[in-house]
Amino acid sequence: MLNAFPTTLVVFYAFAALLIASAFMVILSRHPVQSALYLVLAFFASAALWIMMQAEFLGLILILVYVGAVMTLFLFVVMTIPMHTIPIDKTRLLYIGYGSLVLVLFLGVMAKIIHPLNHIVFQLNNFQAPGISGATAIGESLYTTYVFPFEIAGFLLLVAIIAAISLSWKTDRRKIINDVSAQVNVKAKDRLKIVKMKAEKPQQDSTEPVQHD
Amino acid sequence: MNIVDFHILLPEILVLAMAALVLVIGLFSGRKQSSISYTLSQISLLISVVFVWNQIGMPTLYALHNMFILDAATTLSKLMILICAIFSLAYAKPFFNENPEKTHDYCLLFLFSVSGMMMLVSSNHLIPMYLSLELLSLPLYALVTIQRTGMNAEAGMKYFAMGAFASALLLYGISLVYGATASLSLSTIANSLQLLQTQYSTMALIGLVFIVAGLAFKFGAAPFHQWSPDIYQGAPTPVITLLGSAPKIAVLIMAIRLFSQSFVTFAAHWQMIWIAVAIASMALGNIAAIIQNNLRRMLAYSSIAHMGYMLLGFVTQTPGGNAAALFYVFAYALMTLAGFGALIVASNQGFEVENIEDLRGLNSRSPWIAFMILIVMFSLAGIPPSVGFFAKVGVLEAVMSVHMTWLAVLALIFAIIGCYYYIRVVKAMYFEPVEDASPLYSSWGGKVILSLNSLIILLLGIFPSSLIDLCRAVYFS
Repeated sequence: MLNAFPTTLVVFYAFAALLIASAFMVILSRHPVQSALYLVLAFFASAALWIMMQAEFLGLILILVYVGAVMTLFLFVVMTIPMHTIPIDKTRLLYIGYGSLVLVLFLGVMAKIIHPLNHIVFQLNNFQAPGISGATAIGESLYTTYVFPFEIAGFLLLVAIIAAISLSWKTDRRKIINDVSAQVNVKAKDRLKIVKMKAEKPQQDSTEPVQHD
Repeated sequence: MNIVDFHILLPEILVLAMAALVLVIGLFSGRKQSSISYTLSQISLLISVVFVWNQIGMPTLYALHNMFILDAATTLSKLMILICAIFSLAYAKPFFNENPEKTHDYCLLFLFSVSGMMMLVSSNHLIPMYLSLELLSLPLYALVTIQRTGMNAEAGMKYFAMGAFASALLLYGISLVYGATASLSLSTIANSLQLLQTQYSTMALIGLVFIVAGLAFKFGAAPFHQWSPDIYQGAPTPVITLLGSAPKIAVLIMAIRLFSQSFVTFAAHWQMIWIAVAIASMALGNIAAIIQNNLRRMLAYSSIAHMGYMLLGFVTQTPGGNAAALFYVFAYALMTLAGFGALIVASNQGFEVENIEDLRGLNSRSPWIAFMILIVMFSLAGIPPSVGFFAKVGVLEAVMSVHMTWLAVLALIFAIIGCYYYIRVVKAMYFEPVEDASPLYSSWGGKVILSLNSLIILLLGIFPSSLIDLCRAVYFS
């Protein structure tokens, strides 16, 4: 701590509190659009935390990709489907009950992890800048050391595209249009079935002249 | 990256490159000539088998900054994964004939999933391990939903949600382990865990618990089994032949590598957890399967039980135990392929075999298919002379050799309970009256594949030593 006033710590706690509060609001908010907006806020706060840890490239990417592209798209999707605020009924209360039980258990586990570490002072300042910018460092290790996971991630994205197309593609498209080439190419035998058969003499019994009168 | 590295990676590169080729060719071929995707996929799997075959006997090699490993375990399991994939794709042929417009997407997703399995067994680092697990699962989610009808969509949705949850658990565990050890490579994790200060050890241990939970999810072992009966019931049958067989091999290899190499320091801890998972799986799987009338649900619970038996070999932490688990998972993969393959073959146009009653009197309608199902059911129950018997014997022997007799006795009791529902199927086929005595029509292709698959099960049951030796060679080097 260089200054008497711990600016870094205050900023850190402010953004951390903002992150946790907005993350809570994502699931507690009763309107989907509001949830999505709170998620944007959560991304923003975590980007700020990353930037404080000198991972400025990751922080900016988070804002650009997630806030700028993904969440905007997501907001559009949420807005296009008919939405209404979800009423609080018994099942929802039950879920909240279960959820808080899990939360308490989980916080207990986390406390158990962090408790032995609390004498180690977390200092945000001790992240040493590597001398090169974050983007360079990431780029260098991504295409050398981590080229194998990078390739797998590439195929993963390809699979996601294929799966999305495969699942949303309408197989049975009933078009009400004339298929001109089919009309031109049609042959007589496609429409007409010419059956060869022996000529038969009319049977005597059935062809008795109908009696008039 | 040297040329040598490419040589090591050749089977994976081939499958992925062929998948890309199928993608392009499928776009330009009409929807009606769908069999070209199928043929190309089978050819690529077969060529990949040849490439893996050429890797047999190679020393342990590393590639791509030690993230990719090639050793005896990976070679053998890749071979088995590819064989399972070839069988599974062959079983899907009737599905392709009925849904020609789905063939292309199916083959593509199938190839990507298989490549994910192959890379999973070869991962020597937690990041590629996680990513290949995703590459394995993501196409499977789509394949389960491929028909988009009610049951399909529900199964796919459940599988996707549960799978995403499991991945999140796994990832969280990985992050905790990384936080404690500051490394992600499997070999360096082992070193840093030994030198770990006590305050970090709790963190790593809790990370370990999350990883166990995530992997148990992928195995479909109790108490993380809830997804499997619904998915087995709702998914298209050919998809389950893949979903139920090859991924279990891949995940087992990865689990053995992860736990007996990286987390060897915590061996006592993870042994306890996995024993609990194994007992829960055997008990729940075998007992819940009794009340199932739906064959697919029954086989799903049977898969849960079998995962429990497989884990018994793994928890002994001996090379012999690992080899027994490997043999078990190979045997189980073949059995589950044949089990669901038989459902496909025994189904007629428009009539799907769903319940056990649907198999009534199958012997008089098609004695050969009935006999094949008999072999599969006996093998699943662990009755000699089938491979299922030797698989169970191997696992129980491994458990006995580390003096956990109580565990072996428990496993045996559950195995006997399990016999009931397998034999019920046999009873329905042979001793129950027929309602519709018309002979069963099924295509020759399906029959040949099913016969081949079942006869392999029988043959491996009569001459198991070669496969047992192969499995033992993997872990006794």
